[in-house]
Amino acid sequence: MRREEIKVCVMRVGGTNCDAETKRAFQELGVQAEVLHVNELVKQGNLLDYNVLVFPGGFSFGDYVRSGVIFARSLSVKLGKEIDTFVDEGRPILGICNGFQILVEYGLLPGFEGTSAYPEATLTTNVPQGFKCQWIRLKNENKGKCAFTSKIPAGKVLRMPIAHGEGRFLFPVEKEQQMLQKLVDNDMMVFRYCDENGNVADGKYPTNPNGAFHDIAGICNREGTIFGLMPHPERAMYWWQQPDWTRQKQMAQYGDGKLVFESLIDHLTKKI
Amino acid sequence: MKYRAKIEVSLKPGHSDPEGETASRLLKELGYAVNAVNVSKVYTILLEAQTLGEAKAKAEDMCKRLLANPTKDNYTIAVEEQK
Repeated sequence: MRREEIKVCVMRVGGTNCDAETKRAFQELGVQAEVLHVNELVKQGNLLDYNVLVFPGGFSFGDYVRSGVIFARSLSVKLGKEIDTFVDEGRPILGICNGFQILVEYGLLPGFEGTSAYPEATLTTNVPQGFKCQWIRLKNENKGKCAFTSKIPAGKVLRMPIAHGEGRFLFPVEKEQQMLQKLVDNDMMVFRYCDENGNVADGKYPTNPNGAFHDIAGICNREGTIFGLMPHPERAMYWWQQPDWTRQKQMAQYGDGKLVFESLIDHLTKKI
Repeated sequence: MKYRAKIEVSLKPGHSDPEGETASRLLKELGYAVNAVNVSKVYTILLEAQTLGEAKAKAEDMCKRLLANPTKDNYTIAVEEQK
């Protein structure tokens, strides 16, 4: 597939945000990207015209009940068959922040045995409590399975911002070690919170900003085609989005967020 | 028949409850001898069903599909017929 043929759908509902930034990031890299409201996709029946589906950040449906669950359940009713086909055909799906919460509530992540009927994990209230909006560091722990980090060397430290109040990734307490092992064994672990030298946070705040189990910031499914992360790569795309650009004499044109989008495009352009 | 289901969704024991801990801390500052605060959500749902059993089964399904996440939540259901 040629780069300019790739079509990305950024799915929007009331309460989503950063949809415009996500679209712009993809367009910057030469692929087609559109922001579409879920009702528009239902009406047109054209979700399968797209090669990539993105759930952007925000507070879909006001975060009522639990973050992401209303969008997830509504989606399974309205577009469940199309989503199943999307997943079965290995078309990539990205969930950023609220999008990650949606993927977990839908049962698409972690998806140890494929899409689960009920969520196998949760992204819940931060510890310490409160909405956190800050730049953090992430360590890429993926060994090559995740389509969204294929161009990022294992162990590389990235800088991205977070903006969430419910980002504490948890497995059921009684199964957490067993599920963590599965995550590692199947190369589904992607990003962990770390310090600037690449030492993982080991649960310590503020390096781990939300109390996430095992410092988990992003995971992928067993095929590596569905990826969810709490940080916002689309807000770390350009030099002028970096927090220290006024203090630097010279900066690279792009931020670390670009690597996520570029990796995905690389993955798709290598596909026949 | 009309039924009223009262569903309480609470955190499983052992899960940290930052909202409860924050409320507990403040209640102590206000001078109350509080040992712990646990936060839960209550949904009162009016629904139609043929029997009480069917109403309970529907409420159970609602918890599994939407209202509770089995990773962190417990829930209790109380259903009564509405006159």
